[in-house]
Amino acid sequence: MRDIHEHTAGEDLIIKTSVRLMVPFIQVFGLYVIVHGHYSPGGGFQGGVILGASFILLALAFGMKTSQEYMTVGVNAVLNNLGPAIFIGVGVLCTLFGGLFLDYSALDKLIPLGPVEWRSFGIFLIEIGVGVAVMSIMVLLYWNLSSGGSMDEGL
Amino acid sequence: MIWQLDLMILTLVVICALVAINIKDLLGASVVFGIYSFLMCLLWAEMGAVDVAFTEATVGAGVSTIFFIAAILRTTRRSRD
Amino acid sequence: MKNLALLATLVTGALLLYGTKDFPAWGDPQDPASTYLSPYYIENAVEQTHVPNIVTAVLGDYRGYDTMFETVVIYCAGMAVLSVLWRKKEE
Repeated sequence: MRDIHEHTAGEDLIIKTSVRLMVPFIQVFGLYVIVHGHYSPGGGFQGGVILGASFILLALAFGMKTSQEYMTVGVNAVLNNLGPAIFIGVGVLCTLFGGLFLDYSALDKLIPLGPVEWRSFGIFLIEIGVGVAVMSIMVLLYWNLSSGGSMDEGL
Repeated sequence: MIWQLDLMILTLVVICALVAINIKDLLGASVVFGIYSFLMCLLWAEMGAVDVAFTEATVGAGVSTIFFIAAILRTTRRSRD
Repeated sequence: MKNLALLATLVTGALLLYGTKDFPAWGDPQDPASTYLSPYYIENAVEQTHVPNIVTAVLGDYRGYDTMFETVVIYCAGMAVLSVLWRKKEE
């Protein structure tokens, strides 16, 4: 993260310091929400939104350029497509191993964990896909809306 | 389900909806819309739908308010009708 | 014109409120959703998927298509905003 004192007047020290402290915890919480969705409320969608919100917070406090140092536009474009691709890829993989589309128990032939465990694990895989997609697309929407499409400065 | 709590939250939801429609300042309207989303989140949580409440809190009250504000700062702040 | 719009809104709202009269009561054990579908999930979800949170089991496994197209909808929203707003930087 850039030095606090580099920026010009009008950007508040308190906001920057608190955001700098909060962002890692928000990201850890977002990961927790995705991973712990099997046992508690949450899941890919909510966790992805929380992860995206941490990048948006970074962009709000430090400027869009700083947030693009941590997630570049190219990486964001890859993640946009990777998320739905993970989801649909898992579904297609199920059909390749002889099951129905999104019937995770068919993946037992790939790695023998047992069909019931595979249904649990398949849900985890698609939650990761949803989380990646939602995170990157929330950040993309924010960049585009607040900069009017140029994705370099705004808000 | 506690009906007194339901009634209170629903009254506030209706008030927030009316204010969000009638207010002239669009920035204020989006903030009131965030409050509306948060009250809906409370209502879901109170009815026992915790997952939906979580989604409403993150998407409705969190990110969509930021999107509204970002869009407003790119256009105009005053409503014209 | 504004009064007409108000009248239309009020009439639609009144019809919707009238329609809710036929809904089953909150948490009614006799309504169709609680007699066929919910008991199946409550009885079988943990056994069939090993996921303690039934909501996640339903969203991710039994209703996987719903979640997939939800993701696709989010993707389409992002791509629509990108295609409308994004412009190349002028060097």
